[in-house]
Amino acid sequence: MSFMPVILWSDALVFLLLAACAAVTWYVRRQEHLLLPWRRVAQSGVAMVSLLVLSLFLLVGGLDTLHYRVALQDKNGGQTVYSPEVLSVFDKLVEPLRLHTEKTYSAPLAVTLYAKESITDAQGRVVREYPRLQYGGAHLSDAAQRNGDVMRRALTGALAGLLVAGVFCVGWARCLPTRGESGGGQFCPPYRSMLVIAALIGMTANLAAVYHVLGTDKVGQDVLYLALKSIRTGLIIGTVTTLVTLPLALFLGVAAGYFRGWVDDVIQYVYTVLSSIPSVLLIAAAVLMMQVTIDTHPDWFDTAASRADLRLVFLCLILGMTSWTGLCRLLRGETLKLREMEYIQAAQSFGVSSLRILSRHIMPNVMHIILIALVMDFSALVLAEAVLSYVGVGVDPSMISFGTMINGARLEMAREPMVWWALAAAFGFMLVLVLAANLFADAVRDAFDPRLNRT
Amino acid sequence: MIAYLIRRILYAIPILIGVNLLTFALFFVVNTPDDMARMQLGVKRVTPEAIEKWKLQHGYDKPMMINSAAAGIGKLTDTIFWQKSASMFVLDFGYSDDGRSISREIATRMGPSLAIALPTFLIGLIIYVSFALLMTLFRATALDIAGVALCVLLMSISGLFYIIGGQFLISKLWHLVPISGYDGGLNSFKFVVLPIAIGVIGGIGSSSRWYRTIFLEEIGKDYARTARAKGLSELRVLFTHVLKNAMIPILTGVVVVIPLLFMGSLLTESFFGIPGLGSYTIDAINAQDFSVVRAMVFLGSLLYIVGLILTDISYTMVDPRVRLQ
Repeated sequence: MSFMPVILWSDALVFLLLAACAAVTWYVRRQEHLLLPWRRVAQSGVAMVSLLVLSLFLLVGGLDTLHYRVALQDKNGGQTVYSPEVLSVFDKLVEPLRLHTEKTYSAPLAVTLYAKESITDAQGRVVREYPRLQYGGAHLSDAAQRNGDVMRRALTGALAGLLVAGVFCVGWARCLPTRGESGGGQFCPPYRSMLVIAALIGMTANLAAVYHVLGTDKVGQDVLYLALKSIRTGLIIGTVTTLVTLPLALFLGVAAGYFRGWVDDVIQYVYTVLSSIPSVLLIAAAVLMMQVTIDTHPDWFDTAASRADLRLVFLCLILGMTSWTGLCRLLRGETLKLREMEYIQAAQSFGVSSLRILSRHIMPNVMHIILIALVMDFSALVLAEAVLSYVGVGVDPSMISFGTMINGARLEMAREPMVWWALAAAFGFMLVLVLAANLFADAVRDAFDPRLNRT
Repeated sequence: MIAYLIRRILYAIPILIGVNLLTFALFFVVNTPDDMARMQLGVKRVTPEAIEKWKLQHGYDKPMMINSAAAGIGKLTDTIFWQKSASMFVLDFGYSDDGRSISREIATRMGPSLAIALPTFLIGLIIYVSFALLMTLFRATALDIAGVALCVLLMSISGLFYIIGGQFLISKLWHLVPISGYDGGLNSFKFVVLPIAIGVIGGIGSSSRWYRTIFLEEIGKDYARTARAKGLSELRVLFTHVLKNAMIPILTGVVVVIPLLFMGSLLTESFFGIPGLGSYTIDAINAQDFSVVRAMVFLGSLLYIVGLILTDISYTMVDPRVRLQ
């Protein structure tokens, strides 16, 4: 089956971001003094565990970023027509999850629907029964076998996961000493959490093949699939926003601090104006306006996905426009302090140009502030997405995200009997992601903050 | 002091003009009133007459900045910018899409907003500072580490979870207070107690951790060491010396939000059905009522600037070294 790769706007920005990260990593690897704080991060056990969790999220998000459109069956000959549905590599990998939609709500690991329905049985009588699911546990002839089957599958899945992770860990441990000799510090990979996580993943994967591990939502979509798809949206909001924040804050902040005078006045005026508007309101106003633009130009987009995607990119842009002021203020303050330092004054008296002083002497010395601010912002942005989507100014309602999941499920708690799994899944995944990000950010801050004196 | 205040207020004017121009650009230049009319009337099958009628009804049928058809001062005043944006400086917010006076709505809705926001703020401040002081007192012990871990956990949970979970547990399962609603006077107590509690709990994580950082920074300074060397007890050092000196960073973060309390909280008010300014804003966003959103943006930045000025004044109260000239 032929397909056409699709690069959405957000995909392109993610690739740009990845390229930038790769370039920075390549540069840092050669600079011993830049590597040092990262070694400190690597020595922290908590940081490594959270990094492991984060990289799993990144893997899911990354696979979900490679988009394509499948070619439709050739009917009219000649021109190939592509499906209007944009899929990703991740969708292909978990195809059963995506396609196995039930009629409506079903509980986690259930084999029947959540509500009774009138069914005509073999004898032709109409009875009120919980109908069997179309896919969930369809391989079982009798619903009573479920518990045993779930246990068996969970166990074999966990064992398989453990086995794979065990082989991987042993292999890694073999390779490690050679790196340790070159001064790697006491870096210790989090073997134990690797094993635990691998067991969990193996268990879930084995169960997900035939059950709905986290149940299904109102229209019968698998909640696990929705939660996994939400990861990409959250990650993009958290990372692509920095593409806007970083250049604005860096150039304006450093320029204001270094040149002072009227440059400083203008930049300070701009960020005071922006930061004096409560950010939710500014975002709401900007998103409303963007919505009007998108609605009045339906001809800009060839697929629904590209429209939702443009809205996501705009949301990142707007979030970036409202959040650069804090970092800018920090950088301005730091530059004001740095420019009075003796080495800067020496450079000035040698006649080094301003541009060179800024790029060579000032920027490297504010990098730790930027890094700390960016990793700290990430988790706040992921949380903000959910709130904004609830308020109605977040991502497109057709885009799967934690916010839209929560928004769609918030009335389910009031249902009788209560439907809790969609909310629990959204909050649970979000908690794990944000907690890992927070813990990692703390480790990075501790390692990079020069104010903490280490012995 | 008075001269300083006057200067600060004069300095606020260009900022408000900037806010005004920004919102004007956002609401009228990015999208023309024609686009807005089309949006409001439904995108498809809109006749030009219907658009003109909508613009006339809502007062958008004028030129943007300069009305060359009018005479004299009317060139400037008979425009959208003057009537819709500049008028906000005298707190004339105009009318919402359903024809009500926005200023009157704001005046009546401030009360319920404050009934939630003010207690949340005060109780929260006391609890956060006490919790942070407790962690500082037992710093580098298991209690401190557990406290910080709890804070990180609490701040990693979405604010929506506290609201949805709290409503479910307290109102639906235990039937202690009504799920949502509001009533005037003393009857409002049973309606506001849950939003206040949830608001306080939702802020514990990040706020306590922030105060703890401030206290830890102060407690390592020389004066604290001197106080301890004089033989003062740790409690006394913490409460009389460190707390006083930490006032400046605390006030910087706290005083600026006091005027913004009038705006209420978007999430809490909409979940609990409180008829305050927060739910007013959310309703306006959902109904795409641009005049209300514009008014709230302006009001919000006005209150923020008031907060900045109040912050400066509060410095003089806690730190005799600060003189405003």
